[in-house]
Amino acid sequence: MSTHTRIAISFATLALCLGALPAHAALKVLATTPDWAALVSELAGDKANVYTATSAFQDVHRVDAKPSLVARARTADLVVATGADLEIGWMPVLLQDSGNTRIQPGSPGYFEAAPLVHLLEVPSVVDRSMGDIHPLGNPHVTLDPRNIAIIAKALAARLVLLDPANAAFYAARGEDFQKRWQQAALQWEAKAAPLKGLGVVVIHRDQVYLCNWLGLKELAAIEPKPGVPPSAGYLAELVTKLAATPPKMILRNAYNDPKAADWLSQRIKVPVVLLPYSVGGTPEAKDLFGLFDDTINRLLAGAK
Amino acid sequence: MAKLTPIAGAFLFVCVLWPHAGHAASDDVAALRAEIEALKTDYSTRVQALEARIRQLEGAVAAAQANQAAAGAATPTGAPAAAAEPAPQPAAVATPAKSSSATAFNPAVSMILTGNYASLSQDPATYRVAGFIPPPAGEGPGERSFNLDESELTVSSNVDPYFFANVTAAIQGDNSIDIEEAYFKTLALNNGFTIKGGRFFSATGYLNEVHSHNWDFVDQPLVYQVFLGGQLAQDGVQIRWIAPADYFIELGAEAGSGRSFPGTQRDSNSLGSDALFAHLGGDVGDSTSWRVGTSWLDIRAADRSYGDTDQFGNPVTNAFTGTSRTWIVDGTLKWAPHGDPTHHQLKLQGEYLHRTEDGQLAFDVTGLDLGAAYSDAQSGWYLQGVYEFMQRWRVGLRYDSMSSGTPRIGLVSAGLLPAADFPSLRPATPERTTVMIDWSLSEFSRLRAQYAWDEARARERDQQLLLQYIFAIGAHGAHKF
Repeated sequence: MSTHTRIAISFATLALCLGALPAHAALKVLATTPDWAALVSELAGDKANVYTATSAFQDVHRVDAKPSLVARARTADLVVATGADLEIGWMPVLLQDSGNTRIQPGSPGYFEAAPLVHLLEVPSVVDRSMGDIHPLGNPHVTLDPRNIAIIAKALAARLVLLDPANAAFYAARGEDFQKRWQQAALQWEAKAAPLKGLGVVVIHRDQVYLCNWLGLKELAAIEPKPGVPPSAGYLAELVTKLAATPPKMILRNAYNDPKAADWLSQRIKVPVVLLPYSVGGTPEAKDLFGLFDDTINRLLAGAK
Repeated sequence: MAKLTPIAGAFLFVCVLWPHAGHAASDDVAALRAEIEALKTDYSTRVQALEARIRQLEGAVAAAQANQAAAGAATPTGAPAAAAEPAPQPAAVATPAKSSSATAFNPAVSMILTGNYASLSQDPATYRVAGFIPPPAGEGPGERSFNLDESELTVSSNVDPYFFANVTAAIQGDNSIDIEEAYFKTLALNNGFTIKGGRFFSATGYLNEVHSHNWDFVDQPLVYQVFLGGQLAQDGVQIRWIAPADYFIELGAEAGSGRSFPGTQRDSNSLGSDALFAHLGGDVGDSTSWRVGTSWLDIRAADRSYGDTDQFGNPVTNAFTGTSRTWIVDGTLKWAPHGDPTHHQLKLQGEYLHRTEDGQLAFDVTGLDLGAAYSDAQSGWYLQGVYEFMQRWRVGLRYDSMSSGTPRIGLVSAGLLPAADFPSLRPATPERTTVMIDWSLSEFSRLRAQYAWDEARARERDQQLLLQYIFAIGAHGAHKF
């Protein structure tokens, strides 16, 4: 026993020494998606050190609570998550295992974006037979610039709260971002006017906010139910259904498997339009402005 | 309340009338009726008043919520309710009807259903991993034909701002209930510390903490079955610390009673089980992540009995008293294109366990009861790979190998008993090869077929076909790496 006790004591001492190291100057931020990482960079510049948990090529719903993510949660001052259960398969593990009180839900260091905006597709009945539905509403809120504006406002306020020493800096950057964002949004809306009323087919129902913003008509989803891959029979049915009301294009996100979309495209002779979906999804979508620029450019090219 | 009034009235009526039932004057009855009528009206006016008040309060709450929503999106508590500006999107928003706030704090509840069909070429009653002192339970592929495996009920919730609690009870196919885990975990310690207490799966090794529905094969590796009785649950406390680093560095220690195999319940206030573990993990590029670990486990056993046969084939009960020390190295690697496991994922995993047991071995405790020194140094390992070759479908291959070494049995070396009195401890090198394929229609259901060539027995090879189902209902669980 005495050796065990000694080992335990030395271990605890080491832990305390390392744990008591002074905090870094820049805010450490763990963002669940590249979009939130980009938004933090817009608002905080070099005052924040941002780590992105996922890339545009990952389905954020299917991520493991990887050791590297636990390590980042351990040191984070702020977690920026989508919420609305999008990260439910891994975020609870990160938060619990992190040993970090700063980022627990209810603390200023835990920020959720989706609850701030008006969620679409809130189901009135929830049952797993309906596929992978989200009881709180569709969490894929980023592709509507109006949502980004609301979230940016709240996030800037949160940065001020966490790092009051730089309050003026965040306030100025936040205002500047809002100004540039409003201008850009007006331009996007004007540019995308011809898209209004066009029929599209989506894969997963994660372009709902985009369609809603631009007035695109979602005629069908390739997934029969959220998260359920289509069967051959369902695809055949879709072909018949779409023959009556042909869509203008099929939308595919960077992280989606191209197979089903390509198959449908060949059958109904409608082009597949690849969209970045997230920052980094295409080479052009370098930041949030690039994400919307590129999304609209690609939609316009597809609609021709 | 409104419903209760007539019942209460009737009850009162009966109570009052019962003793005089035979000779109640009709005017008495009329008087009572009038009284009850008065009571009824009194209650219904009160109920109406209360209903009116509830409506009033509901209105006030809704107004307050609307104000709060408008007040600003960033409250320090991190619970902003709605959009700061009126949402321009047209949408049908259904507000779920809540009948009572009492249910708002219900814990997350989930239930896992598992069962299998087994076709085994050898009688499962004779299953034994040759060369090793057998664990009291957890060895072998289980019974033949259809079997209901455990139904695992998990209830978990934050207790308060300081603790999280979780109970996992396994209702077994034989109608018994095992408390697999029932622990609290701290939420409010900072600097990377977490303390867990109660009963929990030890963090030694990789697979030990993984619940059976998340295993990649129907059963545990042989070395887990033999050295840890399937899975080691500690009754005790655990402390973990994560280093403030970009890599995952985790150190931990456990202290427990040592009540479960390879330990036993002992008549002692001291700790019966100590464990230390260290984990290191990280990513390579955006497609690969890994974790390696090393653990050390020290457990004491008193009269840990097991069944064997003597040289004449008669059943005897022997018992070990002493210390069991195990060290483990484990490694896990996951690869998926861009880290997205939707369509393809490869998972490689292996562990090596080395155990030494030192103490006394008693022969035939219910008869001859001879005892002398005993020691052994034994090891085992497994290596497995699971590959998702298309969405929903995975195949897996696992190889198990064990080495019993030659135990030093004092009774034999002193010439008191022949080695033939300890057939279970005859040196052996059991091995097993397993292949599996599984099909997961969603995150919540999995159907699996597994075939094993099991050479755990000293002589015969057992060919095992297992078909398994796993269904999860209730709260969406989050899984560790």
